[in-house]
Formats: sequence, structure tokens, C-alpha cells
Amino acid sequence: MNSAATPVKKRTPTDWQGAEMQKRIRKRYGAERRFKFIGLGAVLISAAFLAFLLFVMVGNGLRGFTQTELPVELDFPAMTGGASPSQFEGQNAKANLRTLGVQDIVEASIQIQYGEEGTNLFSTGGWQRVRKEILKNPDIVETKATIYLPVQSDIDVAYKGTGSDSAEAKVAELSDSLSTGFNWNFLFNSDATDPMQVGIWGALKGSLITMFITLIIAFPIGVLSALYMEEYAPKNRFTDLIEVSINNLAAVPSIIFGLLGLAVFLNIFGLPRSAALVGGLTLALMTMPVIVISGRNAVKAVPPSIREAALGIGASKMQVVFHHVLPLALPGILTGTIIGMARALGETAPLLMIGMRAFIATPPSGITEPATVLPVQIFLWSDEVNRGFVEKTSAAIIILLLFLLTMNALAIYLRNRFETRW
Amino acid sequence: MTELLDCSSSIEYPNARPNEGSTMTETTATTISAGDGPLKMTTRNVNVFYGEKQAIKDVSIDVALDNVTAFIGPSGCGKSTFLRCLNRMNDTIPIARVTGKITLEGEDIYAPQMDVVQLRARVGMVFQKPNPFPKSIYDNIAYGPRIHGLANSKDELDHIVESSLQRAGLWGEVQDRLQDSGTALSGGQQQRLCIARAIAVDPEVILMDEPCSALDPIATAKIEELIHELRGKYAIVIVTHNMQQAARVSQRTAFFHLGTLVEYGVTSDIFTNPTEEKTRDYITGRYG
Repeated sequence: MNSAATPVKKRTPTDWQGAEMQKRIRKRYGAERRFKFIGLGAVLISAAFLAFLLFVMVGNGLRGFTQTELPVELDFPAMTGGASPSQFEGQNAKANLRTLGVQDIVEASIQIQYGEEGTNLFSTGGWQRVRKEILKNPDIVETKATIYLPVQSDIDVAYKGTGSDSAEAKVAELSDSLSTGFNWNFLFNSDATDPMQVGIWGALKGSLITMFITLIIAFPIGVLSALYMEEYAPKNRFTDLIEVSINNLAAVPSIIFGLLGLAVFLNIFGLPRSAALVGGLTLALMTMPVIVISGRNAVKAVPPSIREAALGIGASKMQVVFHHVLPLALPGILTGTIIGMARALGETAPLLMIGMRAFIATPPSGITEPATVLPVQIFLWSDEVNRGFVEKTSAAIIILLLFLLTMNALAIYLRNRFETRW
Repeated sequence: MTELLDCSSSIEYPNARPNEGSTMTETTATTISAGDGPLKMTTRNVNVFYGEKQAIKDVSIDVALDNVTAFIGPSGCGKSTFLRCLNRMNDTIPIARVTGKITLEGEDIYAPQMDVVQLRARVGMVFQKPNPFPKSIYDNIAYGPRIHGLANSKDELDHIVESSLQRAGLWGEVQDRLQDSGTALSGGQQQRLCIARAIAVDPEVILMDEPCSALDPIATAKIEELIHELRGKYAIVIVTHNMQQAARVSQRTAFFHLGTLVEYGVTSDIFTNPTEEKTRDYITGRYG
């Protein structure tokens, strides 16, 4: 301002070409390169883990979808004493089969072919395949038929890989006649004590019913809460408290929701133990906060100008919300729902608390019937002593992953459909 | 203030009309009658508070059907706030509080029996940034008539859409692509779409909050032309930062400063012979 001020110290001109500067540039390039490699390394490590998981699962699991079989010759005309195919058609087919005594016929045939101890080679429930064959094709009872029946679990394990010494010996003995077939039982049966007879259908159906209940409870309540809190609720200490509570609820360990479900749904409301209804309600409690949080963010992201535009031409608050805000927020809400549902699908702990770890040998036919779900089934099988369950566990994991992928694909498809192009 | 009432300006001004200022009535000290045509909206001693802060102080303005009324003033002077009182858009801000009396066709719009949703249909609004819905052009226009049940058949709705777009001067440009997204149009077209959307619900008053501030000069000229054409059918109130625009499109101008109405009168007078020192300083560019 005035001449009395101290004169500004002359700045030395910057040497952009100097050695110091060059060093700094090299250092910067080095840092950039290192960062790039570290990032790439991180991606590769996670990709490797994923590949390892898939490789192990598919490698072990695919064997769970096959079974080792031995041929059994069934001389129906001799064994049944001249049963006619017409007996096994129509309404009375099942009753007639019962009087026929398929199990005895099969066991007798096995003993003829493989000796007195022959029945030990076969899986105990294997004869049911013959029963199904007769129902499917009654004409078979007039002929001599060869039907492949699943072998006992030990032999199955030994044939596929390494089993016990005695089983290995039997495999060596029978190696000419042993063959591998697709294990349809695995897809259509439920839990059983014999690994050759177990199936995933019961757990899969239980999962479907449970997820359905979770979705129809958690989605509307979550979305409506999100809409109310964003669009209607006043901003005060009380709503702040609710917001904090919901955020905390999303972080609560899942087993605690199991305890909550046990205390509320079973003890207070007296709902049936092990039921898909209770499982679905418990998982809905767990999923709801996730949907509320993502829903609120999605609603918040809808530009206020759209609300103003609608209000400006005389739309009511509800019309603004349902005609404009919700459709624009829906893709975001669906993303949150996918995450929440995927988490619920893979959840085991809370369901153990409400008794869904029971042995369920028949698929549930309603929401109050005892049921189990895929992850719990996997957990139960992984606990089994019988070695035949190892591959079944992996196979069940594959089914669970496929279920998850299907669910996510559907949700992503829906999300893209609703996505608004600006 | 009485000299303000004398609006018989001798200066030729493009928008000045011969009978301007002939039916003036004084109501309060700060009120200037709108002049032309029947009064559409009146405001008396309006105060707006945002929490503790007073944004509008004791403003009284009348809006006539045949006029375009412009609100000018420096940023933050409350002209947009006041505009948003006229269709109760301030209701959406929880801390805003409005006192005083605002009438539409003699009805108090802040009366408890007034339906705010219907009010906003009768007093349409066009915003600063074009904000078409992310829907088709057709649905953008048809939305208002649909929610208010203004069309009984598809034909009627088609007719409303066509006539609204025609009035907004957009029909020729979009008639072949009514199913395209409204957001795919250019900025100027989007703003005219928003005007057409406001027209479609057959309003009595159209409020425009700086409708051209996001547009280029050519699009601005089109909007201004459109405002000329709409004059007389709807009472138009426009907030603008652009004084030339106020001079071009309006017949009455209100100058706001720090939440108060400094001067309100015939546009030509305000721009050529303002009464207040502050107005003179503002329009000559000394501040603001």
C-alpha cells in the first residue's frame, strides 16, 4: 500500500528442467505405476478366490448329481405270477402295486443275481425306482426287464473316488457291471438318512416359500417406510431416532433376529415351529432395514424439480409420490431389495433358532408346514458322518448358487426395465 | 407514492397499450392497481418468514388478467419467494410461514377451505430449469388433464395435447414424435413443453420463475414471443433477472429489494422515469 512496507523478496525462477524436478517426476510416475499394479493385484486375488470357489464347488458338486448303478434283471412274469399291465393304470395303480410287493420282488431278483448278500450292495430305497418304472410304463410287467438301481453309498463313494477298503474291494469285483447315471432323485427327493436317496427339492421348495413370504412382507413395508420417512415425516428428533434405529437394525447380527423371531413369533404369537411362515417373517425383519435404507437413498436421489413440476400442475402429494417419485426411485429400491433378499437367502443362523433345522423328509405343502431351506440343508449335510454326504453338500451349494443367480438375474432384468432414460 | 399512480406516460414503449392506467384504484399505500382488465389476483400486506428470518415484508400487488407482470430485483430480494406464495408452493417448505391476504378471483387462497391442489392447477407454474417428466412428450402434457379428469375420452385428451402444444408454439416441432421422451428435447423446447404442460390444465394465471435463465438467446426470444401470444388469455407473472426482458415482455413491473416492494407501476414508467432512487440505481446498473 505504501512505500514503507518491506520490499517483497525476489523469488528465484523455477527450474522446471533441473535434476530435482526430474527426480520428482520419476517418483510420481513410479507411484502411479505401483498404484496401478497394486489395484490390478487386488482384482486378480479376488478373481482367483472366486475361480477357486467355483472350481472346487463344481468339481465336487457335479459328482453329487450322478450316482453309481448296478443292473438288476427282473423277470416280471415269473415273479408276479402273471400280473397284467391294466392293473397298474388309473386310480388303483398304487394300491395294486402295494399288494404286488415290489420291494420283495426286487430283493429276490437281486439275491438271484448277486447272491445272498446281494441286497447289501444296493441302496435301501433303490427299489422305488422299479415302482416308478412300472407306473410310468405298465407294459413292463409282462416282460423281462433290466433296470439299473443305485448302489449303496460306500460303494458309490469308492467308485467315484476313494472309499473304505471293503468298498474298494467290492468296486474292483463289480467294476465290469458298475455304471454311472444321472441322479434324478437328487433333484426331486427331500432329505433322507441314506445319501443315495437324499434330494434337494424339499429344501428348495422351503427356500422358495420362505423367500416369497420375506418378499411380500419386507418389500411393501420397507418401501412404504422409505417413502413416508422421505416424503411425509417431519424432520425432528423423533424421526432422527427412528433413522438411527433402522441403520443400527441393518447391522445387527442375524442370529439375534433368530432370537427375536423365536421370542415373538413362536412364544408370543404361538406360530408353528419350523414353519416357512416363521422363517419368512424372521428374515423379513432382517431384510426390511436394508430395503428402507436403500429405498430412502433412491427416493432422495429423485430430483426435487420433478416433485415441483408435478405439484405445480396440481398433483396431490400422493400423486407426486406414486406417479413420479416411486417409479423413478424403483430401480434403486430394487437394487437394495436384491441385496437384502440375497442375504436372506443365504442366511442360516436365524432359522436355526426358530427350529428350521429339523429333519424334513417331505417337501412342505404350505406355509405352516415344517420346512427347511437350502443353506440350513447344506449345514445339516455338512455335519453328517456318512461320506456320501460330502458331494451332496457341494451339489446343494451349486443349487443354492444357481437359485441366487436366477433371483438376481430376475431382479436386474426388472431393474433395467424400470430404469428411466433421461 | 401517489405520483406512482400517475401512469399516463407520454413515452412510446413497445408494449405500452393506449388505455394503460385508466382504471387505477388505490388500496393501500404500497399498492398500485394493475390497470388493464379485471383483477385476477390481489395481495395485501404479505409477509413471508423462513423460520425467524423475514423474506418478504408487507408486499401488496395486484395482478390483472390482461397484463404480463414482471418482478425484478437483485438476487435474494424475495421475488421468487413472493411468486411462490401465489400458488402456495411455499407450503412445501416446512419452515416457511405466510401472513397477509392473497386472493384469486376474490377468493382467499390461504383460507382453510381452499383446496391447494386445485389452486395449483388454476395458478400454473413454469420453473427456472426446464423440468419435463421423464416420460413421452404426449404424457408430459396429458398428465395434468388426466389427474384432474379434464378429458372424458382419448380424442378429447388428444385435442388438449395438440392445442396446448400449439399454443406453446411447439406443435410443429414435435407433432411427429409425441411418443419420444420429453427430456430428449433441447433446453428451449423443454421449457416450451413445460409451458404447454401448464397450459394443458387450463389455468387462470401462469407464474414463470426466471423461465429463460437456462436458455440461449434464440430460445429466450421464442419464449418471449410466446409470452406475448399468451397475454390476455392468462394472467402472467414473470420473475426475471434480465431487465431488458422485463421491459420487452411486461406491462407492469414490480421492483423488489431486500424483501420489500420498492416500486410497482407501468413498465415504461419504471424503466424510463422511476420514482424511487433505488429503482433508478438498479435499472441503470449501479448495483444488483
